[in-house]
Amino acid sequence: MTPGLHHYLIVSALLFSLGLLGVVARRNLFVIFMGLELMLNAANLALVAFSRYHNNLNGQVMVFFIITVAAAEVAVGLALLVALYRKRQTAHVEDLTSLKL
Amino acid sequence: MEHAAVAQHAVESGSKIQDLAWAILILPLVMAFGTAVLIPKNRSLSAVFNISGVVVAFLLSFTLFCVFGGQSADATPFHWLPVSGLDAQIGLHIDALATLMLMVVTGVGSLVMIYSTGYMHDDRSYTRFFSTLSLFVFSMLGIVLANNLLMLFVFWELVGVSSYLLIGFWYEKPSAGDASKKAFLTNRIGDFGFMLGILAIWSVAGTLDIAALKAQFIANPALLGPWAGLAGLLIFMGAMGKSAQFPLHVWLPDAMEGPTPVSALIHAATMVAAGVYMLCRVFFLYTATPGWPAALCFLDGISAATIITCIGGFTALFAAVIAVQQDDIKRILAYSTLSQLGLMVMAVGLGAKTGDASASMYHLVTHAGFKAMLFLGAGSVIHACHHEQDIWKMGGLRTKMPKTFWTFALGTAALAGLPPLSGFYSKDEILAVALEANPIFFGVGVLVTVLTTFYMSRLVLVAFFGKPRGEGADHAHESPASMTTPLLVLAVPSAFIAWLPLGEFLSNHFTPGHAAHGGDILFGPFNHNPIAAFFGLGAALFGFSLAYSLYGKSPAQDPLSPKLGLLSQAMRNRFYIDEIYDGIVVPLHNLLSQVADAIDRWLISGLAVRGLAGVVEIAGRALRLVQTGSIQTYAFLFTAGVLLIVLLALK
Repeated sequence: MTPGLHHYLIVSALLFSLGLLGVVARRNLFVIFMGLELMLNAANLALVAFSRYHNNLNGQVMVFFIITVAAAEVAVGLALLVALYRKRQTAHVEDLTSLKL
Repeated sequence: MEHAAVAQHAVESGSKIQDLAWAILILPLVMAFGTAVLIPKNRSLSAVFNISGVVVAFLLSFTLFCVFGGQSADATPFHWLPVSGLDAQIGLHIDALATLMLMVVTGVGSLVMIYSTGYMHDDRSYTRFFSTLSLFVFSMLGIVLANNLLMLFVFWELVGVSSYLLIGFWYEKPSAGDASKKAFLTNRIGDFGFMLGILAIWSVAGTLDIAALKAQFIANPALLGPWAGLAGLLIFMGAMGKSAQFPLHVWLPDAMEGPTPVSALIHAATMVAAGVYMLCRVFFLYTATPGWPAALCFLDGISAATIITCIGGFTALFAAVIAVQQDDIKRILAYSTLSQLGLMVMAVGLGAKTGDASASMYHLVTHAGFKAMLFLGAGSVIHACHHEQDIWKMGGLRTKMPKTFWTFALGTAALAGLPPLSGFYSKDEILAVALEANPIFFGVGVLVTVLTTFYMSRLVLVAFFGKPRGEGADHAHESPASMTTPLLVLAVPSAFIAWLPLGEFLSNHFTPGHAAHGGDILFGPFNHNPIAAFFGLGAALFGFSLAYSLYGKSPAQDPLSPKLGLLSQAMRNRFYIDEIYDGIVVPLHNLLSQVADAIDRWLISGLAVRGLAGVVEIAGRALRLVQTGSIQTYAFLFTAGVLLIVLLALK
């Protein structure tokens, strides 16, 4: 059995849900960040699958770009997290509620 | 008529001589502001500046009077506020009444200003005085020249403001401040009615232009239908305030707190005359078919003019009785003014029957002359006696101040109505009108004449004859020329104005083509209505002999007071009208203000403002709990929201 479009999409949805679970349930900012990356890559996977299904390479080119930009974004995000950790000596979301009045 | 020909020529050639009226109106305003802004420190220059302004205005008024005579004309109007349905103009209208009043206002105004250079010489707010006087003259000229009721109302209020400033000129004195407030507020009551009357006329007739209204009324005397009576009375309320008719008369005696020249100008000659003048301008309202709305049907058969007559007659008598027992020289004159204004208003009401209010207007003009002279004379006396105003502390001033005495005596004789002085002829016209219209008011007129002569003779006999009773009168000396010259100038019209056919001139305005009495002006009254003339003369002589028998021997105290007993007390206390107002109006006002305060505090501020704020705040506090500050909650809610939207979209 050759894997069809729906197999890819199911994997993508599972990855996305796992990532979302990580973002919502975990307390450590680094793990949340990893969850976010997982969600991004789930979307990438869906994009590649659709591209393949339509025989149109535009989607795959798009994913290359996304991965490149995401690398930069990860660098910035990690830098922010490190800076925050240095300032507050914590990476737990419960300690970071200063947005509340 | 030569005048008519000239005026006609002016109109045809388009050279618009009537636009001079603009110059007359604007000149005092320029002077007032110029003085206040440019030279507030320069005393002599400000006096010269303002006096010359009003004198030039007088000369221009005289020119207009000569050119137009009794003709009417309109100066180029200025469209102030053209909105749909109402074209609010600032337009000037000249006719017999206006030109005459222009001369009275600017003439008396300039004399009073000249007099003030002497009277106010030591005052530190000398320039403020002159600029406020100019402002007053400007406002008054606006009333005189206004061609529509809206503009009339605007200047009416301006007169109120400038009189407020002048009465309260010595604002450091609490009594002056109170008097100015009292005058302003009392006038506001009348003005409120006036405004309602203007609105009533506008809503029915659709125009406020006096000439257009007059034309409409001539075409259809029942124009206002059931509103005629009410509109007439409401408009009259304005006159009641300015011309100080009962029950709004209370401000005038208190207004004597102002400097005496102010009393002469605004409380004798001009401002208080504004009410009567306005009634004459809108006289067509009172000759129209009377009518009342259904709610006031008990007034059917009574016209607004009748009510005006009654109020005028009552004020005339009431004020004359009070004047008999007053001791303050200015207050006697103030009540005398009230009484004479009452006569004028009465004459307007009586004139409505024949459609001729000329008697009232005639008396207004002559009264303006001699009453201004009397007030200025009183000022001269007060000045000489070092600000002593009680006549029982004066005496013997006849020899010390001859010029003041002779002019004052002349004014008294004119006010009492002795021929051939001006007062006789104008008062005779009122008596003649009253005799024709209603004998009761003829009786009122005669009685007022007796009382007038009595209290004026009392004033003259006590203040000028006998021996000095006080320190001030002992050291009195004649006032400077700047003060006596205006007195002498004012004596001329008081003595000789009757030689001019003024009555005929005015009655021609109201009833054009009406057959004049004709013949000899000086002895005219005795020919065409001997009863009125002889009664008037007899009343004056009777009043004088009564006063002479009581005060001729210059008693130290008023011999009349013990004889009258309680009545004298009541007269001295102005029949307790002020106390009654204190007892009724003040608690009522306090109650009203407490209710208003409660509504403001609890309803508006409490329920509406704080209530609204409270609801918002509570809602805010509740909603704040939603904001946990935890990123994960937001992420979760965000996802849930997205899912919800996706589900809804897929459905």
